[in-house]
Amino acid sequence: MAVAAAAISMGIATAACGSPTKTSAAAAAPAPAPGHTVDLNVWTAFSGSLGTAFDHLVSQFNASQSQYRVTAVYKGSYSQVLSDTIAAFKAHAAPDISQIFDAGTATIMDSAGSYVPVYKLMSEYKIPFSTGSFIGGAASYYETSGDQLDSMPFNSSTPVLYYNKAELQAAGISTPPTTWSELESDASVLAAHGQKCALSSSGAYVMWTDMEEFSTWNGYPYANHQNGYTGIKGMQLKINSAPIVDHLALLGRLASKGEYIWNGVSTSTVPLFTNGTCAMYEQSSASLNTIEAAAKFPFGVAELPVVAGDKAAPQNTVVGGASLWVMSGAPAVHYRGDAEFLHFLMSAQSQAYWASNTGYVPVTPAGSSLLSSQGFYSSHPNDLVAVKELTNKAPTADSRGIRLGYLPEVRQVEASAIAAVLSGKQSAAAAVSSAETQGNTILAQFASQYGG
Amino acid sequence: MPPVFKHRLLPAALILPEVVVVVIFFIWPSGKALLEAFRQSNAFGLGARFSGLANFGSALHGGYLQAVEVTATFTAITTLVSMGISLFLAVQVESTGRLRPVYRTLFIWTYAVPGAIGAALWLFLFEPKVGPGARALEALGVHWNFALSGTQAFALVCALTIWQQSAYNFVFFSAGLQSIPDAVVEAATMDGAGPVTRFWKVVFPLLGPTVLFVTVSDVLAALFGSFAVIDVISQGGPGGSTTTLVYMLYRDGFQNGDVGLAGAESMLLFVLAGALLVVQFKVFNRRVHYR
Amino acid sequence: MKKNIVKVARHATLIVFAALLAAPMYLAFVVASHPARDTLSGVPVLPGGRLGANLGYVVAHPFPGSPSLATMMLNSLILALAVAVFKLILSVPAAYAVTFFRFPGRMIMFWLIFITLMLPVEVRFFPTYQVTANLGLLNTQGGLILPLIASATAVFLFRQYFQSFPQELADAARLDGIGPIRFLTTIVLPLARPTLAAIFVLEFIYGWNQYLWPLLVTSSPQHSTVVMGIRQIISAAQSFAIPQWDLVMSVALLALLPPVLVVLAMQRWFVRGLMAGID
Repeated sequence: MAVAAAAISMGIATAACGSPTKTSAAAAAPAPAPGHTVDLNVWTAFSGSLGTAFDHLVSQFNASQSQYRVTAVYKGSYSQVLSDTIAAFKAHAAPDISQIFDAGTATIMDSAGSYVPVYKLMSEYKIPFSTGSFIGGAASYYETSGDQLDSMPFNSSTPVLYYNKAELQAAGISTPPTTWSELESDASVLAAHGQKCALSSSGAYVMWTDMEEFSTWNGYPYANHQNGYTGIKGMQLKINSAPIVDHLALLGRLASKGEYIWNGVSTSTVPLFTNGTCAMYEQSSASLNTIEAAAKFPFGVAELPVVAGDKAAPQNTVVGGASLWVMSGAPAVHYRGDAEFLHFLMSAQSQAYWASNTGYVPVTPAGSSLLSSQGFYSSHPNDLVAVKELTNKAPTADSRGIRLGYLPEVRQVEASAIAAVLSGKQSAAAAVSSAETQGNTILAQFASQYGG
Repeated sequence: MPPVFKHRLLPAALILPEVVVVVIFFIWPSGKALLEAFRQSNAFGLGARFSGLANFGSALHGGYLQAVEVTATFTAITTLVSMGISLFLAVQVESTGRLRPVYRTLFIWTYAVPGAIGAALWLFLFEPKVGPGARALEALGVHWNFALSGTQAFALVCALTIWQQSAYNFVFFSAGLQSIPDAVVEAATMDGAGPVTRFWKVVFPLLGPTVLFVTVSDVLAALFGSFAVIDVISQGGPGGSTTTLVYMLYRDGFQNGDVGLAGAESMLLFVLAGALLVVQFKVFNRRVHYR
Repeated sequence: MKKNIVKVARHATLIVFAALLAAPMYLAFVVASHPARDTLSGVPVLPGGRLGANLGYVVAHPFPGSPSLATMMLNSLILALAVAVFKLILSVPAAYAVTFFRFPGRMIMFWLIFITLMLPVEVRFFPTYQVTANLGLLNTQGGLILPLIASATAVFLFRQYFQSFPQELADAARLDGIGPIRFLTTIVLPLARPTLAAIFVLEFIYGWNQYLWPLLVTSSPQHSTVVMGIRQIISAAQSFAIPQWDLVMSVALLALLPPVLVVLAMQRWFVRGLMAGID
């Protein structure tokens, strides 16, 4: 009996491990029959006000036509959306469109067969779509080595420097620092005026602001193979470099005096800025509306500081956030609806609505110009900083984005290194060097699985 | 007891539902994990191919060895300390007379507190700069910030686990002490043995079976039951200082979507649990000899 | 005299330990009864007057990204009751079969069930998750409950109890020609009521306190339980300029109340249920 049961279970297990039937939108499918509505599921990580804004766009799309009805499903955190999408795909119950976050890009992009590349989908349904329709920082982050977009860039933000105008003024600092050494001396001035903490960074994504974006903004490579864009085999981090070590050492120096505060990846640092504990704050532009709602003092938004004396800096920042992936395996009749929905989302009106209601940047130049022409940026100058950073210069080979497999895992290693430096347990040089070694092991694991 | 009934189909039908659930949610997954441990595929399960022992090779990297060390230290500390505390309390409560039931209630209720909720209480208690526990430590000159200090995070997770596990142990020690005949202890008293000698020479040996049982339960609880506490308090960090084997499997399998690696780690956990099964068996057999 | 000193010292020690055990709970109670800003610079010693208001608030206002607390408590209750009831339904017949019958395959089935004892859900969660996904049971009550009832603790506790069942009663039943089902329902189960209650309590707590498994299989908010939801509630509360610890503690109190009350109310049976494990 048990033997039989085991044999049966093994049989099932083997069948379950086999590759699922490949479906693709290879041939353009017709529109659904008249009077028949096709339901499309979109999985997102948008909760709260982001969820409200996205739902508004969805209902606009649903009202604009009658063939498709899109339902947006909130699935939890970014990593939850990714793991749910994977599980659902294996169970042949994937959503039509899934929102995959920046760091998960390589994981899905290199899992060919699990998605329908958006650029192909659009050309099948004769919808105008090109990499050039998107702003540089967004397009470059998600494009393939062949400059095509497998997914559609959507919610995109970039880190900026928030500063408390009242506290800076009280210390006699008239403009926010533009270089890191300036920031360090400003910190002493602030401390002398009784403002102990000068700076905090994103809680969950400090490695994004202070290692990934720090690299692209100052023009340093983050990994070889053009940050992972041109190959998987032999991929290696390049974070163990003087600028990054010096930068973490600087944060460590500030932290030892209480002038920089960061309390681990699971503690939100937003309150540190909004309740006045820290005078400046490196955080995603997507937090702008949250901060506006909570801060009871005048604050400004500035571009991130650069490394003093670095001639290439500032280069450009890259987007963080997520892009929309069309999953394979759905009935053919769904794909035209997917294409039309994505087309709707990239329209200038949708982008303008999305950006002005959330703090994300418009991912298309058309969206930006619409906002400008409506006078949005003259009344909301803080919103413009992120756009400026992303489009500061045309991206170089090292500032297109970060395309590493298992990037979320690499980020965990980096967060550990940052914690070790800030708590004084390790020197910046030792911590970064060990993080690079550990990170390279993770990249090698990815290469052995995906590199063929 | 000898068999009462001679039916053959009826018992099979009675046991079938349990067996079906066990096969679907236990045997099948285990077989699947075994297969996946030897295969590599992309995160979406496509392009799977046989990869020999490669997954086990990646599993046994530096992070895994650190997790083994964390798990072993955590298990040893929580087991020993919680057993010591609860045995001490049980012995004291036994000699309190009329108040005994009141004390018993006071010492077992934390057993029912869900791990994650207990962790939420402690998280506030030791919230840097805010919680009373954190303030007390600062007053003692400890620079308390468990979000950055691995040692502090580990200590916090240990203390919280001991807080919960002591209640469970207390129940067993309490019952074990009650089953020791008064006459035995009295005889020792007549022989002139002091309370400490009485405890170590007479009472403790008689508690042997209970001590063994509690040890095994505590080891299992520490090895496998600590997920909620760690997830709420520290998410395995900082720097992997609270990443146990189970937490690591969760991270590799779910957050990082590495099915093959997670399969290999599952297998290693199965082997560890199987080894403990043997130990547990031996413990139970020994108990039979006592009787 | 010396005896009295020992006595006082003993009670003092016990009271200190009892207070230490209860301190986090008392603290939660105090924090939940004050507005958040009053606890930032030191927690007051005595409870304040906002407990009712805070409890009412958390029940009525969901945290961002979470469903209402009422939904979560209901989900927890369903999970706990379902786990307890299904475990009894599955394990009583199974234990009855292996104790009172000899049938082909008995030992194999016994071992099949036995090995699951050693592999709690925390060890096998990853492959079990994949199977649950393959069966299309993610985000369903079935996917949440079924894998949790595949553990064998209850079977073994019942088997232990059945083995100590009076032989004379069984013999008498056989002589009277009472069939196995009637024997189970009219003689065994009524006598086993305390054991049934004990195991029900154990499994109710087991179900209510689940964290990892619900976290994995339920990603849609309407399925989340209060225990698994606590981490999300904590991060939502911490993202306010003044962290809303008063609300977190209110939720925690509500979440720990049902299992603690069940244990206190049924202490006698619960202790017996635990003890059955080594009897």
